[in-house]
Amino acid sequence: MPDLAELWSPIRLTLILATVTTLVLLIVATPVAWWLARSGARWKEAVAAVVALPLVLPPTVLGFYLLILLGPDGPGGWIASLGGARSLAFTFTGLVIGSVVYSLPFVVQPIRNAFEAMGERPLEVAATLRAGPWDAFWSVAVPLARRGFLTGAMLGFAHTMGEFGVILMIGGNIPGETRVLSIAIYDYVETLRWTEAHLLAGGMVVFAFAVILAMLVLEKRVGRARP
Amino acid sequence: MSRFLDAGDVINARFSGTVGGFALDVAFTAPMQGITALFGPSGSGKTTMLRAVAGLARLAGRLTIGDEVWQDDATGIHQPAHRRAVGYVFQEASLFPHLSVRRNLLYGARRVGSGDTVVGFDEAVSLLGLERLLERGPERLSGGERQRVAIGRALLSAPKLLLMDEPLSALDEASRAEILATFERLHAALPIPTLYVSHDLAEVARLADRLVVLSAGRVVAEGDVGPIMERLDLEPATGRFEAGVVLTATVTGQDDAYQLTRLGVAGQPISIPRIAVAPGEQVRLRIRARDVALATRPPEGISIRNRLAGHIVEIVALDTAPYAEILIEIADGVRLRSRVTRESVDDLGLTLGTPVFALVKTISFDGR
Repeated sequence: MPDLAELWSPIRLTLILATVTTLVLLIVATPVAWWLARSGARWKEAVAAVVALPLVLPPTVLGFYLLILLGPDGPGGWIASLGGARSLAFTFTGLVIGSVVYSLPFVVQPIRNAFEAMGERPLEVAATLRAGPWDAFWSVAVPLARRGFLTGAMLGFAHTMGEFGVILMIGGNIPGETRVLSIAIYDYVETLRWTEAHLLAGGMVVFAFAVILAMLVLEKRVGRARP
Repeated sequence: MSRFLDAGDVINARFSGTVGGFALDVAFTAPMQGITALFGPSGSGKTTMLRAVAGLARLAGRLTIGDEVWQDDATGIHQPAHRRAVGYVFQEASLFPHLSVRRNLLYGARRVGSGDTVVGFDEAVSLLGLERLLERGPERLSGGERQRVAIGRALLSAPKLLLMDEPLSALDEASRAEILATFERLHAALPIPTLYVSHDLAEVARLADRLVVLSAGRVVAEGDVGPIMERLDLEPATGRFEAGVVLTATVTGQDDAYQLTRLGVAGQPISIPRIAVAPGEQVRLRIRARDVALATRPPEGISIRNRLAGHIVEIVALDTAPYAEILIEIADGVRLRSRVTRESVDDLGLTLGTPVFALVKTISFDGR
């Protein structure tokens, strides 16, 4: 009989990680997407390419550089030293930072597309109706781009749930701190604990299906509804 | 023109710059009342001017609305678009798709002080006939309904100045008529000055009080609608076949038997197909130059009933064109424009001062 508390710990950690990461992603990706959609700067596609790098790079490469950046000799180590710690690598905070970088393109792209599809006109109309830029952003741009936000958030969440390579590189396997689902499954397989591996892997399949189904249904509904 | 220049209450605009590859250098004055049309062919810079007035496009220059300075590059003043009290009606209604008609209407209203309003919500709704549409989404409105909501939304944002950028051009014929009638009601009910961009002379003749004619980024004429429309030298800007005049006529009676309305123009009688206007009221008529033929004697045996006696005050004939443009005065300050071939001018011996009968084939009734 598998130990349910032991199984639950990585699930709980993964859900928390994905939730926190998604929230941070929305905060980071929105201004980036806004700038990419509206700036006339010539080098903006270079920035877009940097944001999209995690799509192409092997997670191990990304993880390797993150490890250096987060480690005691990198900027992450310096930040950690402010809080009295030695390094951000092998911590939950480090996992969040790594996950944000890794999933950024999945969130930026749909939001950028939504902002671009909206065009300049609604914002011009808002300006002629006395809405300042910040007001127009919240009252017009965000509601009109809501499909992009929804898609981005769900992709970011799901992608973080399934992350493995980056976490292996920067997080290791510390129970309750960095031992997420995919690491736990890998660990169970390595130690031939097939029952536990089956339970977690099967659960992930069901979860992935539910996420995709929910996204399809919600997208349709959000596209139709007018609050 | 002087009555606008010495009043302190005018809109004064002067802009210059390069837009999309052509140089624009425009200055004009508009009164703080009535409709001033910015008229000219596509690409003459009308819309760019309007966007510069709204603060949506950046052009160097100076813009004052009454005693408010909205832009003055000499002193570094440039109010951003959201600080300019304009109501902008775009070519396409551009309603916010995520808001109901009611919330579209209130979007601007909620962002201005309640003391500044020019028209209340209920009044705007009834002026524009939107009562039954309030809870609908914009996707369930017809083109004309959408444009009416856009107009209401602009009015409710307490504008000091209405800006209309070809608001009829994206509409079908029925919706155009509906919106034109709406404009006339508004014009009568609300004292807000309007800048109206159009390339359609019929629209301008019907709505505008004052005209600024633009061509290739420059003002080629500016003044009251009547005198401007008579001018023969504006053809490149106003377009050859649409040139004509706008006359004011008084309704003298209705003829039920023939379904005609009898009118008097400077004391001379004419008739048009029946319109629903009471005797004594004034109406505006537009007569195109190509619809006016000339005769030196009262013609007989001819079906054209509308003939106005006058004399020739101007002839413009170019060796390179088959037509001559002739201006006929039928009373002090009341003029008709006619386009006849140069051959006719020579055959009939038309010169300045020749008494003629102007035979008018078609008259369009322009309302008001």
